[in-house]
Amino acid sequence: MKRACSLLLMTLLAATFFTGTTQTWAQTSWKQIPIPKLPPFKPAEPKRIELPNGMVIFLQEDHELPLIDGTARIRGGERSVPAEKAGLIDIYGEVWRTGGTKTQTGDQLDDFLEQRAAKVETGGTGDSTTIGWSCLKEDFDDVFRVFNDLLMNPEFRAEKIEIAQKGAYDGISRRNDDAGQIAGREAAKLVYGANSPLARVPEYATVAAVTRKDLVEWHERTVHPNNIIVGVVGDFDSAKMEARLREAFGSWQKGPASENTEIKPETAKPAYYLVEKRDVNQSNIQMLALGTTRRNPDYYAISVFNEAFGGGFSSRLVNDIRTTKGLAYAVGGGIGTSFDHDGMLRLMVRTKSATTFESIQALDEEIGNLAQNPINGEEISRAKDSILNAFVFRFDSPEKVLQEKMTYEFYGYPLDFLEKYQEGIEHVTKADVAKVAAKYLHRDQMAVLVVGNPAEFDKAAASLGPANKIDVTIPAAPKGLLPEQPGAGQ
Amino acid sequence: MKVRSLRVLVLVLCLSAIALSQDLASFEKRTVVKKLANGLTVIICERPEAPVFSFFTHVDAGSVQDPLGKTGLAHMFEHMAFKGTDTIGTRDYADEKVALAKVETVYGEYIHERDKRVDRDDKKVKELEQEWRDAMAAADKFSAPYNNEFGKIVETEGGEGMNAFTSWDETAYHYSFPVNRLELWAYLESERFLQPVMRQFYKERNVVIEERRMRVDSEPFGRLLEQFTEEAFAAQSYHRPTIGWVSDLNSFSATDAKNFFDKYYVPSNIVVTVVGDVKAAEAMPIIEKYFSRIPARPKPDEADTTEPPQNSERRVVLHEQSQPVYLEGYHRPDYRSPDDQVYDALTDLLSSGRTSRLYRALVRDKQIASDAVGFSGYPGNKYPHLFAFYAFPIPGHTTQEVGDAIHAEIERLKKEDISDEELKMIKTRAKANLIRSLGSNEGLAFALGFYEARYDDWRELFRSVDRIEKVTKADIRRVANQTFVPGNLTVGVIEFAPPPPGTAAAPQGGGQ
Repeated sequence: MKRACSLLLMTLLAATFFTGTTQTWAQTSWKQIPIPKLPPFKPAEPKRIELPNGMVIFLQEDHELPLIDGTARIRGGERSVPAEKAGLIDIYGEVWRTGGTKTQTGDQLDDFLEQRAAKVETGGTGDSTTIGWSCLKEDFDDVFRVFNDLLMNPEFRAEKIEIAQKGAYDGISRRNDDAGQIAGREAAKLVYGANSPLARVPEYATVAAVTRKDLVEWHERTVHPNNIIVGVVGDFDSAKMEARLREAFGSWQKGPASENTEIKPETAKPAYYLVEKRDVNQSNIQMLALGTTRRNPDYYAISVFNEAFGGGFSSRLVNDIRTTKGLAYAVGGGIGTSFDHDGMLRLMVRTKSATTFESIQALDEEIGNLAQNPINGEEISRAKDSILNAFVFRFDSPEKVLQEKMTYEFYGYPLDFLEKYQEGIEHVTKADVAKVAAKYLHRDQMAVLVVGNPAEFDKAAASLGPANKIDVTIPAAPKGLLPEQPGAGQ
Repeated sequence: MKVRSLRVLVLVLCLSAIALSQDLASFEKRTVVKKLANGLTVIICERPEAPVFSFFTHVDAGSVQDPLGKTGLAHMFEHMAFKGTDTIGTRDYADEKVALAKVETVYGEYIHERDKRVDRDDKKVKELEQEWRDAMAAADKFSAPYNNEFGKIVETEGGEGMNAFTSWDETAYHYSFPVNRLELWAYLESERFLQPVMRQFYKERNVVIEERRMRVDSEPFGRLLEQFTEEAFAAQSYHRPTIGWVSDLNSFSATDAKNFFDKYYVPSNIVVTVVGDVKAAEAMPIIEKYFSRIPARPKPDEADTTEPPQNSERRVVLHEQSQPVYLEGYHRPDYRSPDDQVYDALTDLLSSGRTSRLYRALVRDKQIASDAVGFSGYPGNKYPHLFAFYAFPIPGHTTQEVGDAIHAEIERLKKEDISDEELKMIKTRAKANLIRSLGSNEGLAFALGFYEARYDDWRELFRSVDRIEKVTKADIRRVANQTFVPGNLTVGVIEFAPPPPGTAAAPQGGGQ
């Protein structure tokens, strides 16, 4: 909540520009400007160490600033939590840190760390949990000790569980306040199924069901060296850091490996789905289907297609729907790819209520047009240039290189996946792009979600066909869970 | 434990003080500033970590400079700065220019008739509107094949993170490029401010109105901020929204935008900062060659109404179909105030991390809010502005309760000195935060350019942290007593209101 709100404030403070063959007569043209060859650049590779107990460690030296940062990513996350405890990982991710260790409360850790302007933070997502630190290098010993103590001996004190749960209840109570948030949540449900671990959200009852025992058991179940990938970046000597980490983790015994549960998406049938929201004058429209994974050989052609169709500033969707028709500020989308499950195919546009149908039609035309007027050679070369010329930004800092290697390691991708990606993009042809467009984009197979104010639509919502109204009413909290308060959304 | 940690703390302070002066010394060695003959300031900072660079163009004009009746114009121009020039984005500028002039003439006649209070001829309005639309279509023929050409060049050449923002105080443009595109960048970025063309202006205006719908009209917190800010500033231009009022957005013209550009985008109002793998000695002549093409123009008048003392408590209440939010603000002097760093210290003390006073009081101890923050610099800091607080009450608690709890913390600041440990934490964190901010081309380009634009010296980035070192407990108490008084307070709240009867399907509230 904290970060989200500051972000919200930031976006409100400043209005920004963008969410997302030339003249021959001019004397000076940008085309006349020489572009020298980019100097060869081999980014420093992190050192990979695999301990006998299965823990994988990446060490990346970066001596620019006197800082040392590290993260441990642990296999297993919200997706492996039973539905009746949905939200467990959010609570775990907070209380792991705030609940302190066996010997020190979270509050004592707060004081200790803040005196050093250092951070140790924990968190969790669908497939993993993390614990990380950031400190000035002279504080490394102190801060690493806290990190290690929390990793090995967390206490999950009850009073902090209660604070985390109250925060979660607040998040639930506010989840229908913002139209974009509703659209994001309901889109995932349409693509993966309302009860899918990839889409479901915490409810009052499921958060209330989370107990200290659940947190302790989760920790015992997942935090084993063979489930952990550690990455450290900063101003240190790799040999010394390696010795230090071997000393800390070398004698740790292996445990059972986290299991990866296969999740079968249950994508909603193609139709219109409407969430009514009366306090808005703009519709959030999303056309949805299932995407694919990055292991798919189509991935390279998909990347080029996305860039040309709905990714960049020069893409068709931006050019036609924003620049030419002036229908939207935010428009875009493409065939989504994830590392370990099918991503979401999503085309989105936000437009005033009175051009809701006009915008749906505009998206329809873009999809329809792909068959008669496929992404052409010029569009493809522009998309490939955009990706390849900006390629250096994927590894222009030691930290980015480290993050990338940790990600590949986590999902079991080859560690040279990025180099392969560059090669893959270079080889994409016009035919490849046409093929993926035809393979993945089928207008008649898409669910179309509209979050908006039907009273202001350009056509009656009923003209969409059979009305599929999605009721987003928040299920009531179990009796006695929330204090009574007149008028506050009860 | 305590004794030991204090000892370590002293050590930290010494070490980071050394690190900091080393940093300034290191930046002195690799940072070059040059004021060009036309008045434009160029900063180059060498950071040879990877063969890339980032830049920021800071323009010292924001929505505070919007002319009366034309709110949103500074931001609108920012959008237009992506529409190309006389050499980028057109088939034939000589003819396009004529067509665009026609659009302006007809638009002027149309608006004149449309906005008549008496004797408006509705038939004539319709005819003029059609004429205007036809003129736009005619002008579009020159540019439509080259839509977004400026952005296309940047993207195709490997540009990363191309964007811009407008605030009340300033407008800034930025992206990153591989380092072999330095000359191309210098051409593009100077070209954009040499001869920008206001093409497709009225379509882009619709895009901006959609941006307003997204950020403000359809967003409860956005609606609250707009109303709150308008209430807090009665006279000074901070009370006007940067994004603009819809009626102004539907009235101002491309000519207005060009006039705004001519007046405020003068070289002496612009700081261009480049950070990355460049050699200043090689890069400066290239940058100078291109940016010197922009003709010198007189620096615009900066005059704005000064906000009079508030002398009254003000309150805006929004009854919304969304959960409650509490917001309040107190006027404080501008960023040149000798107390500026005292306000920074207050921000840190109140809001930074889990040791912060508001987190501990409202989230941890009273457990009435999911988040509570106090911060300086709203809505900007160039002019006298606000020290603001906000909190989100958790279910079952009210805006009144979180407001009271914030006031209890304010009273504590006014009556009691903060602890030695707190003061040390503030100072340690200021240094560590500075060090952490030095590790990216983009962040550095923003910060160096920002301080150069505001103080005429990028070194203020480092000096402002030195000034925090001098803040005392007495300063904090004094400033709290001066600032946080009822007659200087504006409150803005969202209260939950059930949807109107007969709209049971409205998806609001926690468990209807």
